[in-house]
Amino acid sequence: MDTQTTDAPAAVPPRTTPPRPVLRTVRARRRLGPGRRIRFGFLLGPLLLLTAWTLGSAAGLLDGRFLPAPWTILGTAGDLIASGRLQEHLLSSLRRAGLGLGLGIALGTVLALVSGLSRWGEAVVDGPVQIKRAIPALALMPLLILWLGIGEVMKVTTITLGVLVPIYIHTHNGLRGIDNRYAELAETLGLTHRTFVRRVVLPGALPGFLVGMRFAVTSAWLFLAVVEQINSTSGIGYMMELARTYGQTDVILVGLVIYGLLGLFSDGLVRYVQRRALAWRRTLED
Amino acid sequence: MAAHPGGLSTAAPAVRIGGLTRAYGERTVLDALDLEIAPGEFVALLGQSGSGKSTLLRALAGLDYEVAGTGSVEVPGKVSVVFQDSRLLPWGRVLDNVVLGLEGADAAARGRDALAEVGLAGRERAWPSELSGGEQQRVALARSLVRDPELLLADEPFGALDALTRIRMHALLRRLCDRHRPAVLLVTHDVDEAIVLADRVLVLDEGRVAAERTIDLESPRNSADPRFAEVRAHLLGALGVTGERDLD
Repeated sequence: MDTQTTDAPAAVPPRTTPPRPVLRTVRARRRLGPGRRIRFGFLLGPLLLLTAWTLGSAAGLLDGRFLPAPWTILGTAGDLIASGRLQEHLLSSLRRAGLGLGLGIALGTVLALVSGLSRWGEAVVDGPVQIKRAIPALALMPLLILWLGIGEVMKVTTITLGVLVPIYIHTHNGLRGIDNRYAELAETLGLTHRTFVRRVVLPGALPGFLVGMRFAVTSAWLFLAVVEQINSTSGIGYMMELARTYGQTDVILVGLVIYGLLGLFSDGLVRYVQRRALAWRRTLED
Repeated sequence: MAAHPGGLSTAAPAVRIGGLTRAYGERTVLDALDLEIAPGEFVALLGQSGSGKSTLLRALAGLDYEVAGTGSVEVPGKVSVVFQDSRLLPWGRVLDNVVLGLEGADAAARGRDALAEVGLAGRERAWPSELSGGEQQRVALARSLVRDPELLLADEPFGALDALTRIRMHALLRRLCDRHRPAVLLVTHDVDEAIVLADRVLVLDEGRVAAERTIDLESPRNSADPRFAEVRAHLLGALGVTGERDLD
């Protein structure tokens, strides 16, 4: 049924002798891709920078007023810890960031569920969140300061608003991205709406939510750093701002290192949760 | 297989479709279709793409929400559907998928039994992504059968499987149906599959039953059997795929 053997024999080209190939031994080809992954390769760049910094400081090439030596910074950090000031500021920062993060996650998730589970909810909720997203969060600060003053409420609100957006966007995306075929399945199985939400919708949106979490954690630190430089009396940002007025570059650098470590640690934590919660996906990647 | 007791046809049917018409816009997909399926009867539905066979199955499954149409569809209370894709929730372990939405303390035990029936005992804790395509489809079968369906609707359930797995799945499905005795409507485009499995084969063409054939070959059915070949030629003819005509 796929060949026509009876007619048009003239269309078949005349038989010729096949070309005689010259054989060669097969050798592995040169790879054009980047090749295999280097273990702990991600540490190399930072280590090179640190080495250059150390050597530069030791050789006296770097002016201590602009960039103090690494050991000076370690010493300053030691002093700050010994006096208890670093812990105090860190605790104060963590409380703000944690509160803002917690509220933002809760609010963002609830809004995403409302908007993801019903068309009416989407109609009401999605617009305002998208508008909020289009306005740079820092541009809202003058208004927030006028409304809420310069105290803790304003600080936590700013962080909450910054966290809410990525949580909402990614969770909502995850919800809408759930394959409609699963809804069809749930209908044929006669699932109740409650069971459908619990067994299909929430687990289906979890990967999106966790991506949102990674952005949210980053946002929390970003907004923390900003709000702490506005009329604070505590916090890592305040400590750095104070150091600026006194020209203490080493304290500023201690603050930067703390921010870096906080960001690194919290992102690692989210990734750990991600790996644990999405075990069903990891099996694909192994 | 157990021959169909003649008495079945007099009993109340498991499926009764009367004058079913479905149209997408201008195009009539099902045209005043009548169909009855007896309890425990295995009916296979053949047809070319667009002949309306999936539309019919979705109408029976209650999945044709926004489709215009008339006619009556009566089905039993417990209907299970097997789709072409296994449609397992990737975030649920195998057993959780089987008992999804089941109530009662014995749900897990029943799920385990169903998995054992499809030859997957011991895989309860596996993720769907760890299973082969055939195994996934067996989990889907277990998920359907654990609900004791009076009607099993299957939409090309083996269409995505390789030929060898498909043969094994045929034997499994036949065995399961002989044991649980649901009425079955199997939509397929594979003529041999229809002949191997069904008590009765319908050929759907442009929304109407173009041919109907009761298959009374004894089990196991062998495609090398000349009577099998005769049935196949008849059905292929009804589908418009006779050797020469196909060349036009």
